[in-house]
Amino acid sequence: MTTTSVQAGPGEQAPESRRRLGDLIGAVGAQNLILVLAIVLVVVVFGVINPGYLAWANIRVIADAVTIAGLLAVVQTVVIICGALDISVGSATGVASVVSAMAFTATQNALASMGLAIVVGLVLGLVNGVIIVYGRVNPVIATLATLAAYRGFAQLLSNGAAMGFVLGDDLWIFISRGSLLGLPTLMWILAAVALAIHLLLKYTDIGRNIYAIGGNDTAARLAGININKYLIAVYALAGVVSAIAGIILTARTGFGHPTSGSSGLELKAITAAALGGCALAGGKGGVGGTLLAMVLLGALENGLTLNNISTFWQNVAQGALLVIAVVIQQRRSGERAVGLPT
Amino acid sequence: MSQGPVLELRGIDKSFGPVQVLHDVAFSVYPGEVTALVGDNGAGKSTLVKCIGGIHPIDAGEYFFEGEKVQVNGPRDAAALGVEIVYQDLALCDNLDIVQNMFLGRERTSGLVLDEAMMEEMAAKTLAGLSVRTVKSLRQQVSSLSGGQRQTVAIAKAVLWNSKVVILDEPTAALGVAQTAQVLELVRRLADNGLAVVLISHNMNDVFAVSDRIAALYLGRMAAQVRTSDVTHSQVVELITSGRSGELGLRNGNGAAS
Repeated sequence: MTTTSVQAGPGEQAPESRRRLGDLIGAVGAQNLILVLAIVLVVVVFGVINPGYLAWANIRVIADAVTIAGLLAVVQTVVIICGALDISVGSATGVASVVSAMAFTATQNALASMGLAIVVGLVLGLVNGVIIVYGRVNPVIATLATLAAYRGFAQLLSNGAAMGFVLGDDLWIFISRGSLLGLPTLMWILAAVALAIHLLLKYTDIGRNIYAIGGNDTAARLAGININKYLIAVYALAGVVSAIAGIILTARTGFGHPTSGSSGLELKAITAAALGGCALAGGKGGVGGTLLAMVLLGALENGLTLNNISTFWQNVAQGALLVIAVVIQQRRSGERAVGLPT
Repeated sequence: MSQGPVLELRGIDKSFGPVQVLHDVAFSVYPGEVTALVGDNGAGKSTLVKCIGGIHPIDAGEYFFEGEKVQVNGPRDAAALGVEIVYQDLALCDNLDIVQNMFLGRERTSGLVLDEAMMEEMAAKTLAGLSVRTVKSLRQQVSSLSGGQRQTVAIAKAVLWNSKVVILDEPTAALGVAQTAQVLELVRRLADNGLAVVLISHNMNDVFAVSDRIAALYLGRMAAQVRTSDVTHSQVVELITSGRSGELGLRNGNGAAS
């Protein structure tokens, strides 16, 4: 009791400077500021332990590793803002990877094979949306089911093996190893998708309505917003972006593979979105925060790998991070600890 | 006012399965007046409002708007006519700000992108037209507003669209004394601006404070639609609880309105 009264003294003296600091934090976003600080902390710690960590070559490794999960995290952000969840993105990525490689083997036409993969991704996303909206299945259950089903579908298509080899084609090589203006093609793809989704969310009526659906779906419906159309479209978007991730996966490894490289991506995507400030109840979040969180995850994972920490521990760490991120979210929203969380 | 009704319903029937909720209801709403719609729980007030708003299709009866017979098949039809409903507490998104809420579902765009400046200006103009001074910033999130301010935003949202009829579903039910007074003042101002206002309320004080006419529903029938100045407090209570009061109200049993 005495300590609190002692501390109350100086606290009252500086409300003005504190308010100014509050305004600054409000402008950047407290969540984003914490993420930037965390990234700096991680970089400094690993940079001191192992100077090779900050080498340009290693930073490129981090960037490459972040791209695929980053794409899924960005689109997961949109799904979560709607108040839904898509766990099946990793499996859809695997399907698209297999499809693109098989189609390329059959046709030797890079563009056509990528186009086919994107169409398949679109269909997978539409299936998710239709199951959820018209089947009235909870999004978590529906996409948990399609997580298993799509993975099985990819394994059926490929017989569980790596398919084709694509790195004999210029376009595939360009995606895999090429660069534009000094930045790898992979980064450009992620930047383009992230920017497009950011603009969609912040500056169009579509984005505004997506936030409205996540914030109060009854209000959105009474305002005449066709919620069903939006939800199905958002899942279709998730399918398409998953397919782009699958194409990149094929380009990076040279093969189409049903599971290796794509399973576990859903966890990364959801963790990044939650860390980045998306409220899982919907209505809050943005592309910027998610990307920052993705960079943090990538930097952390790379640093742990460089220092020979077992991937088993990395999985534990990632799971723990997701829980911590959501706990912080719920505390901030003032959720009371009674019964099941909303 | 000698003007004809802007909105008129005749012989409305509405059933949900075997339950007939509305029986041969007639209802008129006049421009520049506040019409209070009263009735006990289950009398059919909400159903009648939802029929007007196009949320429930009517089984039988005629819907006239500005003297013309119209078909209302959905909320969009009603909104196109200029009929807006303000729901008690369901119609705002907490995670959006005031301007965003007022334009919800009908955002103004220039080209592909949202025209934030224009929307903010229109919202400011609308709120100023209603003499609303209680909100600090139009970019405040709705979650930070008080109950009265939220109701104000909801009403302003309905007025924004050059609407002709505004229906308020128990706008004061969850409010304190001072906020209730604020909202009622706003309701009166809407009518003074020439709008036809329908006020659903359980509170007789509110009804007598602002309404020009009172329509009383009793068990799905329109017991009476009278001028507020012609009736007393206790007569209205009688109409609500027994469907009749002296010469006013339903004749015994046969359900014909006087």
